[in-house]
Amino acid sequence: MTSISEDSDKEKVHSVSVDLNNDASLVIDIPDALCERDKVKFTVHTKTTLSSFQKPEYSVQRQHEDFIWLHDTIVETEEYAGLIIPPAPPKPDFEGPREKMHKLGEGESSMTKEEYAKMKQELEKTVQVHEVFLQRLSSHPMFRKDRNFQIFLEYDQDLTVRRKNAKEMFGGFFKNMVKSADEVLISGVKEVDEFFEQEKNFLLDYSSKIKDATAKAEKMTRSHKNVADDYNHISGALNNTAADNNTAFKKHLEKCAEVFEKLRVSISKVEDRMASDQELKLTELLRYYTRDIQAAKDLLYRRARALADYENSNKALDKARLKGKDVAQAEENQKQCLQKFDKLSESGKKELTSFKARRVVAFRKNLIEMTELEIKHAKNSVSLLQGSIEILKSN
Amino acid sequence: MAASSERSPPPFPDSEEPELLEDSDEGADAFTGTSISEMDSPSPDSTKPPKDIFNEPLEDIFSDPLSNINSEPQKKVDTKIPSPSSDEAVDLFSDPLDDDSEVVSSPEVQNPMPDLLNEPVQAPKSDVLGEPPVHKNAARQQDIFEDPPKGSSKSSSVKKAASAELFSDEDEEDLFKELPKVVTKKPQPSGPPVDVFTEVKSDVKVKPQVKDDPTDLFAEEALTAPAPKPSASSSSSRTNGVHSEEHDLFSEATVELSLDSPRNDRKKKDAVKPSVSAPVAPVASSSSKAPSKTLEELEEEESEDTFDLNISVTNPEKVGDGMNAYMAYKVSTQTSLTMFRSKTFTVRRRFSDFLGLYEKLSEKHLQNGYIVPPPPEKSILGMTKVKVGKEDPSSAEFVERRRAALERYLQRVVSHPSLLQDPDVREFLEKEELPRAVSTQALSGAGFLKMLNKATDAVSKMTIKMNEQDVWFDEKIQDVENEEQHMRKLHVMVESLVNHRKELSGNTAVFAKSVAMLGSSEDNTALSRALSQLAEVEDRIEQLHQEQAANDFFTFSELLADYIRLLGAVKGCFDQRMKAWQRWQDAENMLQKKREVEAKLLWANKPDKLQQAKDEIAEWEAKVTQYEREFERISATVRKEVIRFDKEKARDFKRQIIKYLESLLNSQQQLIKYWEAFLPEAKAIA
Repeated sequence: MTSISEDSDKEKVHSVSVDLNNDASLVIDIPDALCERDKVKFTVHTKTTLSSFQKPEYSVQRQHEDFIWLHDTIVETEEYAGLIIPPAPPKPDFEGPREKMHKLGEGESSMTKEEYAKMKQELEKTVQVHEVFLQRLSSHPMFRKDRNFQIFLEYDQDLTVRRKNAKEMFGGFFKNMVKSADEVLISGVKEVDEFFEQEKNFLLDYSSKIKDATAKAEKMTRSHKNVADDYNHISGALNNTAADNNTAFKKHLEKCAEVFEKLRVSISKVEDRMASDQELKLTELLRYYTRDIQAAKDLLYRRARALADYENSNKALDKARLKGKDVAQAEENQKQCLQKFDKLSESGKKELTSFKARRVVAFRKNLIEMTELEIKHAKNSVSLLQGSIEILKSN
Repeated sequence: MAASSERSPPPFPDSEEPELLEDSDEGADAFTGTSISEMDSPSPDSTKPPKDIFNEPLEDIFSDPLSNINSEPQKKVDTKIPSPSSDEAVDLFSDPLDDDSEVVSSPEVQNPMPDLLNEPVQAPKSDVLGEPPVHKNAARQQDIFEDPPKGSSKSSSVKKAASAELFSDEDEEDLFKELPKVVTKKPQPSGPPVDVFTEVKSDVKVKPQVKDDPTDLFAEEALTAPAPKPSASSSSSRTNGVHSEEHDLFSEATVELSLDSPRNDRKKKDAVKPSVSAPVAPVASSSSKAPSKTLEELEEEESEDTFDLNISVTNPEKVGDGMNAYMAYKVSTQTSLTMFRSKTFTVRRRFSDFLGLYEKLSEKHLQNGYIVPPPPEKSILGMTKVKVGKEDPSSAEFVERRRAALERYLQRVVSHPSLLQDPDVREFLEKEELPRAVSTQALSGAGFLKMLNKATDAVSKMTIKMNEQDVWFDEKIQDVENEEQHMRKLHVMVESLVNHRKELSGNTAVFAKSVAMLGSSEDNTALSRALSQLAEVEDRIEQLHQEQAANDFFTFSELLADYIRLLGAVKGCFDQRMKAWQRWQDAENMLQKKREVEAKLLWANKPDKLQQAKDEIAEWEAKVTQYEREFERISATVRKEVIRFDKEKARDFKRQIIKYLESLLNSQQQLIKYWEAFLPEAKAIA
């Protein structure tokens, strides 16, 4: 079992932090994550001054599935249809490195330091997206009052949320299919509001672009990591060569070994850092906003759905008036639809505007941080390289 | 036998006598040919470690002189000091000569030889070392000098002694430790066990100074003969048996040495070689024991004086069309060496010319144990692409890669002092038109023959089981093997680095495009601007990665590829040495058989055929000495070459690694610049 302490490197942890926790009345963080076989148990820590909570402080254990449950219940709540629902954290991608996780659980001795560091980094990333999800909820004036959210934070036992069974999984899949088909239909609906028309076009375009950029960034960082790995191997091999060599130049080579060790640090580690920081600051950002934009698109979909409903209710009302039958009911229905649509439009407009501001702030923050880190690493590498060259030149 | 008679003088301690006498008896037996089986018996006497090296019948003969040498110091130190040293010296020298004649077993020679050798050896030595306190050392020294000339069996005995010394045999060390006293005036300060030989060397040095400019040559020679065995000097006494003076012997040697020295015309040396071999030997014996430390010092000196010769291979150009097309390269030389006609000259050469040069060089020099730098491999695939494809980037890369490899190849050739002297090298660099090298074509008849030769070589390599007695070679061969393994592994890793970096470069380019697109759809103006700036930065970084990939390849990967090839060449030298050893061993076996025949004839009392058998023995003895000398020479050369190679390699690697690190440093500095330029853009997002 391995626990990851968050405070080890705060700077790195908040890759997508969006200044969410500026409200001290409800502060949530995940200080610990416990790796148990293929499951990750997150320790969710809450500090609050809100009267709706019975205690000022909570610390509970939650699994990834609990987060998904929370997300699903929020999505299903009609009340929140006009809000951008914070995207659910992605399932920890431990399928591939499951074996490694296993090892991680057994202890560090069975894996190399590098592997362990990599795993730890992976885990930190997972913890972080889960944390961000909760913080997004807690910082939102509506979501923070959500009953299920409170239960999620307060209940000190296992939530034992039912895992989705196959039928439900299929249902979810089917719902998605309907949604996509609907999206096509709805996109045919004439938009009445200029703002939403623009927003729709922008989000559709942006979403495909950012998806593409994310994929490319992932590829880039992956190959960058390969390069770092190669350096690691090479300097290791150079070291071996130097150690094995027992010619007259052993002395010379021993000096070299020293240099190579330095190189391993400077080139391999720094390249690795560069890659992972780029991953953390840029790729993660893009990834997160790919999901967030999907959430925004979902909002637009819900609104478009409401619009379609409203139009349908209008038609129904016309029909009813023509036939002179059930006019009052149709009127009532039409009124409700209009109300719902207006409400969605109103909150949607607000949400989308704040979403835009949030995105810009997040991009700014991450880009600055990434740039600063890249500069820092490159400078580090420069000084190490200069040192190595001097050592080599002097002997 | 020589040993026994040497020991017979009265002052020797009694205890040693019986054994000695026995030895002498056996020796006599051996030469009268009565009992061959007995010849082997003395081997138990010789308790020195290197004994098994000579597991041939000669062994017993060796063992005797060896024990002689070993026992001598004790004797002298213990018993002889008070005795008048001059007498001893005389004794020593007159005695061995008798032995010598015995060994040669030709009665006619017996008489003249003692006279000849007696005089010279004694006279000069006593002159030089006239002072009484030094005398005993002098005497000993004479021993050493004297032993070699004593006939083949003797010489090997000395060798054995030498190897014994290598193995730090106590007795031997004693013997040699004494000597530094005599040596004090000599310039080379070195470890006690080796001093004898440095001393010997310097002795020699003083004498020939009158003749050429031998000091340098000597230094050279010392390098050529690092083999720890005083080489077969036996025949020198025979071939040069007419020497009236020791002086002569040495001066001769130096003259020959000057031929041997790489600074001199190799051709001449080759021409003289057969006759040279004998006189070279004694000097080799003297210098061969020079301590490796001194050797290295000398090496250092040699490497200091760098020659002024710059070679560049440029302007690859496709000549002709279709499958008959070939690439021609401009080979430009810049030099101040007087051996060339002018200071700068340029020729055009095609790839097969480079291969042809290698063929010529390896034919001439490989057998002597020189490491001939191998040219880049033929690449039918790469060349076909060049021939067919027009402006394919991969073929451009191939051409550049080959161009650089050819340049490095030529630079390696000319940086070898001996190869630089080769007329073919000069011709290659200077001559306007070269005859077309045909034998380099892979599918030609010559190519087939080469393949066949390689196959037989490989087979014979497997069948030869060399009993390596030389620790240095033993370790070195293992080292080279390990090193090659390491290099191969490293090479694979660096190749993967090159590939991964190319991949990274490609992915960065794609990402840059994608970010640019994202920037164009971004509706926040500042963020949009920042994103397109980011795209530009990523574009530049892509360039950086690309350049770095080229650096990875040319300064790192190609360096390793070169050295993998060069290590192959080093192994080739070891194989040549092994072949020489095999030839020598075969000759020894043959000699043994001939001796058996002679013994049988003697037993059967057939005097009519005896003479023929004796002639044959003499003939094979000559061959054995010749082959042995050749083996020693090749060992010495290979050793010198490998030391040189190691030095070059260390220098090369250091230079290239520094160059590589500097390229990395440069790209990191660029990276800083790019990101620092981007930072304000990121901060400007509002």
